[in-house]
Amino acid sequence: MPDLSVNFAGIKSPNPFWLASAPPTNSGYQVMKAFEAGWGGAVWKTLGVPIVNVSSRYGSVNYRDSRMIGFNNIELITDRPLKDNLKEIEEVKKYFPEHAVITSLMVESRKEWHQIVKDAENAGADGHELNFGCPHGMCERGMGSAVGQEPEVLKIIVGWVKEVATKPVIVKLTPNISDITEPAIAAKQGGADAISLINTIQSIVGVDLDNFVPYPVVDGNSTNGGYCGPAVKPIALNMVKNCAQHPEVSLPVSGIGGIENWRDAVEYILLGAATVQVCTAVMHYGFGIIREIIPGFESYMTSKGFKSVSDMTGRALPNVTNWENLNLDYKIIAEINKDKCIGCQLCYIACEDGAHQAIGVGQNGTRVPFIIEENCVGCNLCSLVCPVENCITMVRKDDGKKIESWKDRTKSGRIPTTFNDPLAGGIHHKVPEPQKALKSK
Amino acid sequence: MPEYKKPETKQEFDTNFQQIKPLMNETEAYYESSRCLFCYDAPCVKACPTGIDIPLFIKQINTGNPLGSAKTIYDSNYFGFACGKVCPTEVLCEGSCVYNLQNVKPIEIGRLQSYATASAIGKDKIYFQPTENNGKKVAVIGAGPAGISCACELRMYGYEVDIFEGKENPSGLTIYGIAPYKITNEEVLSEIDYLQKQFGFRISYNSRIESKEDFKKIEKSFNAIFIGIGLGITGRLKIQGEELQNCIGAVEFISELRMNHHKTHVGKHVIVLGGGNTAMDAASESARMGAEKVLLAYRRSKEEMKAYGFEYELAKNAGVESIFNVSPVEIIGKNITEGVKFARTKIVNGVFEIIPDSEFVLKCDMVIKATGQTKHKEVLLNIDHLEFDKKGNLAVNPSTFQTSNPHYFSAGDIISGGQEVVNAVADAKKAAKGIHKFLSGQSV
Repeated sequence: MPDLSVNFAGIKSPNPFWLASAPPTNSGYQVMKAFEAGWGGAVWKTLGVPIVNVSSRYGSVNYRDSRMIGFNNIELITDRPLKDNLKEIEEVKKYFPEHAVITSLMVESRKEWHQIVKDAENAGADGHELNFGCPHGMCERGMGSAVGQEPEVLKIIVGWVKEVATKPVIVKLTPNISDITEPAIAAKQGGADAISLINTIQSIVGVDLDNFVPYPVVDGNSTNGGYCGPAVKPIALNMVKNCAQHPEVSLPVSGIGGIENWRDAVEYILLGAATVQVCTAVMHYGFGIIREIIPGFESYMTSKGFKSVSDMTGRALPNVTNWENLNLDYKIIAEINKDKCIGCQLCYIACEDGAHQAIGVGQNGTRVPFIIEENCVGCNLCSLVCPVENCITMVRKDDGKKIESWKDRTKSGRIPTTFNDPLAGGIHHKVPEPQKALKSK
Repeated sequence: MPEYKKPETKQEFDTNFQQIKPLMNETEAYYESSRCLFCYDAPCVKACPTGIDIPLFIKQINTGNPLGSAKTIYDSNYFGFACGKVCPTEVLCEGSCVYNLQNVKPIEIGRLQSYATASAIGKDKIYFQPTENNGKKVAVIGAGPAGISCACELRMYGYEVDIFEGKENPSGLTIYGIAPYKITNEEVLSEIDYLQKQFGFRISYNSRIESKEDFKKIEKSFNAIFIGIGLGITGRLKIQGEELQNCIGAVEFISELRMNHHKTHVGKHVIVLGGGNTAMDAASESARMGAEKVLLAYRRSKEEMKAYGFEYELAKNAGVESIFNVSPVEIIGKNITEGVKFARTKIVNGVFEIIPDSEFVLKCDMVIKATGQTKHKEVLLNIDHLEFDKKGNLAVNPSTFQTSNPHYFSAGDIISGGQEVVNAVADAKKAAKGIHKFLSGQSV
């Protein structure tokens, strides 16, 4: 059996699956229930001076029959008195000494930071996560993402925390910034032991078309929220990768954003995360989803021969490079499996209207489309729109002997440099005459 | 058998004749519409005789725009609701859904179509504003799917339209000939009412136009005449005993059932003669009316039945049994039907033959003949210069639907010999275009 236990910057937990700081970790009752269900750690709902919330607080992006593929909230940090939270943290640790309880913190002054760190540690917290990410409400008061967006301020506050903290300090980053590695480096410089990302993305998930108010509606008005859920995973994965690859960051990463199943968790870990944190999926389906995540994750580890989570961490990073290093001589074209094709012709219209007019229809009296090889640029669009698994595959056409990147060609002076340069990549591509688009002439 | 208890009340009747394509609720429609792939050049559209833009109307349901969806449907088919419920979708749109090729359940297009159109009918949504009267008048004979569809379209060109209907209800077979588990009378009538409100055609009920004088009169008052009278009563088998009590025609039986519901008389042991869809309906209906034994008797093999496979399955599931390669020779009984004498048959070199000395009697107390309908020839012969095709159906120009008498146009079962509601609706719309071209000189 592979070993799921992790030591994340000194925080130990039986597995890398933690609950993110959010409504599911609002109380000792919920955290205990989660640990019973199998979660390895929990980042407590952010502690600080208690706030007052509005109703409603959530909005959702539904796509066709899938609900909450994107989720948005305008809830703030804990609205419960600190002493109640601390008492419950202590109780949780009593029952679950092996599990990780991390306190998410957000206060303003150095004095407050010192006080709350000490209080949290006295209650038994295994580590702290500094909430520099919340992009709604709290940021208006100079906290949350307002800090995460100012690397210098971030660094100073991390320094304050480190003055008193005896447990590891994780800095939670906001994605509402153009280069995520800047605050990550600042965290490192401030003395952080790890980073976690991403926090939510500033968002408006939709508008009530009858009343002209975005969601969620609070008595006829709305405000921007923080976006999360499956829809943000691609953005978060890229940011995790950027931080994990950056030599000046060099900190353990806890990956957050749209994780719902074992595959999502594996992806984060392959791109450099050492643990993952989950919120939206639990808010949608409850703590029970962990029973799908753990066995799926374990059998993946077994199938790939990974002994521990750290064996897996960053396994895909060497294969992520800059565009300029990609091989320009790698040629693939689409191939349609006639037996599998159901004739929906989505590949045809996608290529015809949205790509390179490299698919034809109406041959041999069937609805099976065919590839016009000389036009196919190997873009992959057809295989993505195809509703049948493995019906359209991309087949390699070059012999693999030649490997030349943009960088290589730049060095050898074989890249287009003028507007009508004969080295233009699409110069020999067959483009239909514009008039052919007109149905009636 | 018996799977169904004889219904004593309308409520029990409705239970036995529960809708096989019940209306979807909003959630079901949303999930089902989500599955549509939005195929390019979609096969379902091609399979629809009225060419409804099916992927579009399904997408409109999915985006919370059922009224826009209904508009898409009615733009192509004035019987949008009825067709959603009564079309043999299994062999038309749904049968051509690409999901079938993946062994995935096809989209329930018929039910989605009824869902969208029901919302429009329920809200009395107005989509069509007839053009101002152009001063010309067209008479439509028969208020069936063909007649109503033609009338709607003609109103859009500005013709005044009077429909003459021999019976007391509109919509022809949709109300008199379709199995009650496919559509209810209320549903049928509400769609016709909805159409009439929008298009403003007039319908005169109990107004049979059949004599030479009737036609002469109509010819004088109208610029053109559309014939949409469908088929007639069940034809005679020309065998002994056919006139006995409880030996009846299937169309007459179904019509009675549609009008009188549980009060319709059905025997304990019913034999249904025939192998077409009407035979399946009559058999299935007899079973649902509580008959203890229903036997379907067809003179050819199972494989040669003209009925759709799913209709046969429906009858079997209602408890109907069948016997093949038997031909009725005589209906037995004194005054009342007591049985059928059959002879066994075989096919020799494609030719149907009776096997000598193979006769046998099966007892029953009711015989339903689903063996074809008459073609109103006696009525049509009262119109001058009409020609007929090889099968004896009224002949029309296939693009204009004009008969050989230039003032007469026709569509529906009377020219096809018996097809679906959707075919009549589609052809009649084209016939209206033909009429407009004839009366205005303009092509549309």
